[in-house]
Amino acid sequence: MPAVEFRNIDIVFGNDVKGALALIDAGHSREQILSMTGSVLGAAGVSLAVERGEICVLMGLSGSGKSTILRAINRLNEVARGEVLVEHKGRAVDVARCDEATLRDIRMHTVSMVFQQFGLLPWRTVRDNVGFGLELRGMKGAERTRIVDEKLAMVGLTNWAEKYTNELSGGMQQRVGLARAFATDADILLMDEPFSALDPLIRDKLQDELLDLQRRIHKTIVFVSHDLDEALKLGNKIAIMEGGRIVQAGTAEDILLRPANAYVAEFVKHMNPLNVLRGTAVMRPAASLPREGDCVMLDKEGRVRVKIDGEGRPVSLDLDGRVGLLASADGEAGTIDDTLARNADCIVAPVDLKLKAAIELKRHTDLPILLVDKLGTLAGLCDDDEIYRGLLRRLDG
Amino acid sequence: MYDWLTEHKIPLGNWLKSFVDLLTEHGQDVFDLISLVLGTLISGFTSALLFVPPLLLIALFGLAAWLVHRSIGLTVFIVGALLLVTNLGYWVATMETLSLVICATLVCVVIGVPIGIAAAHRPWLYTALRPVLDLMQTIPTFVYLIPTLVLFGLGAVPGLISTVIFSIPAPIRLTHLGISSVPANLYEAGKAFGATKTQLLFKVELPYALPTIMAGITQCIMLSLSMVVIAALVGADGLGKPVVRALNSVNISMGFEAGLAIVVLAIVLDRVCKRPERRKKS
Repeated sequence: MPAVEFRNIDIVFGNDVKGALALIDAGHSREQILSMTGSVLGAAGVSLAVERGEICVLMGLSGSGKSTILRAINRLNEVARGEVLVEHKGRAVDVARCDEATLRDIRMHTVSMVFQQFGLLPWRTVRDNVGFGLELRGMKGAERTRIVDEKLAMVGLTNWAEKYTNELSGGMQQRVGLARAFATDADILLMDEPFSALDPLIRDKLQDELLDLQRRIHKTIVFVSHDLDEALKLGNKIAIMEGGRIVQAGTAEDILLRPANAYVAEFVKHMNPLNVLRGTAVMRPAASLPREGDCVMLDKEGRVRVKIDGEGRPVSLDLDGRVGLLASADGEAGTIDDTLARNADCIVAPVDLKLKAAIELKRHTDLPILLVDKLGTLAGLCDDDEIYRGLLRRLDG
Repeated sequence: MYDWLTEHKIPLGNWLKSFVDLLTEHGQDVFDLISLVLGTLISGFTSALLFVPPLLLIALFGLAAWLVHRSIGLTVFIVGALLLVTNLGYWVATMETLSLVICATLVCVVIGVPIGIAAAHRPWLYTALRPVLDLMQTIPTFVYLIPTLVLFGLGAVPGLISTVIFSIPAPIRLTHLGISSVPANLYEAGKAFGATKTQLLFKVELPYALPTIMAGITQCIMLSLSMVVIAALVGADGLGKPVVRALNSVNISMGFEAGLAIVVLAIVLDRVCKRPERRKKS
């Protein structure tokens, strides 16, 4: 069961909802619907599933409907048609149709939210802002203080607890917003352009902190952004929206390498692929490398050969008759021991190595990189040619 | 044509008179009850204020001003001004006026703030209310002084009612303004964390609107004070009485002194009620 799932939802702002829905079905555009009914199409035919523990980024220009569908998850926006399923206490609840009591329960316990303009209450101290959700729930005294202190420590604001929010910088205010959202211990976190109002350095820092927190607390995060870099950096899944419809949903690599239409292509044109692409996307797959018996040839002349065992794992290296040394690099960042790197003749790295890390390794050692999957099976080769093609995004040619 | 128009007068005034007659005939018990409650309230406040020795009360006022505003200048001014009023011999009248103003403001707040909140939540109600509020503030006071006099009899109560009619638009308007200017993102923050309507009102809307509502209450106090002389015309005690008497007997000195006492009270109330800046560093 996905944590959040949109099933074919339409959202209409205005009085003539029925008329607008009929026009949506007839395939009219947002402008036509506005001029014919006076109602604004917020979203049409949106279906999307967000799995537990995933960061899903809704992307698009302003007015594309990304905030609109985000707000449908906790019913700040009413859905005209379709279902919004949220996993609440072990079962899927349709937020769009559930009764007031269930909705309130979901808002208090399952879904919390971070706002673009922070949405902090200026007459309350940082501590009382963070405890706001718990207070609404009716939690009192010591327990509330304990949780609030814990969340304040989590976002590094312990020393600011008694300040008023207008004494804090923008970045700090949004940390208060984050702490407030974490305080209710909801599984699902809605973030509506939370970092857009901040300057770039602070934004970058908060993005890192969010990723860091996510590694520890594993929430399901639905994140709205108009900044593609942010989306690619944070999102496990990215849904690109235009005119109230989702035009493409997939991983960052998918979107970068296989844009669904001209709009998405335009969007990703100026993207920096370094942080997005991984070994899987750029490598020359093992199956396409020339083979001779149990050896895989890494160059055209067949002078560099890798011997693989029965499971497909690289075991030894043969350089024109000389035995070479295989050195392994770890993690998606490709960390490697310096002395080992100096003596090695080829590097073995995990297949989800980032392109940026591959370039670093290449610059550091000037050795070809063999990519292996989790079981150690040879997956492919990443050398200069593969890296250049990845940078130029000419992966099919 | 002109003659015809003047000869066939529409009996608007008579209609209203019949309406008031109807009210006195059938609702006299209700009005008597209101009169009794408000009368007791005012005289209760007055006796309480007069029960405390004047100098002690002045000291208490000074202390309160100091505690709220932490300003030596303001405290000295308030104590000095009240001592001057006592010296002129208007202490009792000042306290009577103060009690009338407090009661009028209380009634205005108790009725006006909920109406303002209701109007902020229902745009149609405010649309309906606005001409009524305009009317209440523009119609000459004497016009409704007469029916209130008939309905509630002579004394402090008709004065209080007239004062309330005149001053209540201020808290209604400013409460409406304050509540309807709550930023959308604060509402959404409240709703997103599961606030009920009541919680939204008490934890988001009212705290946000509080400075504006307080401004409305301060205005209400000032408007009430400006009705003191009118209230005296229908028999309410206080600083209005010597002013009316001075007017009737062309007594310049008495008029000036009583007028000065009203001004002093106005300034003291205004300064005390002005909200201090929100404590930033505490």
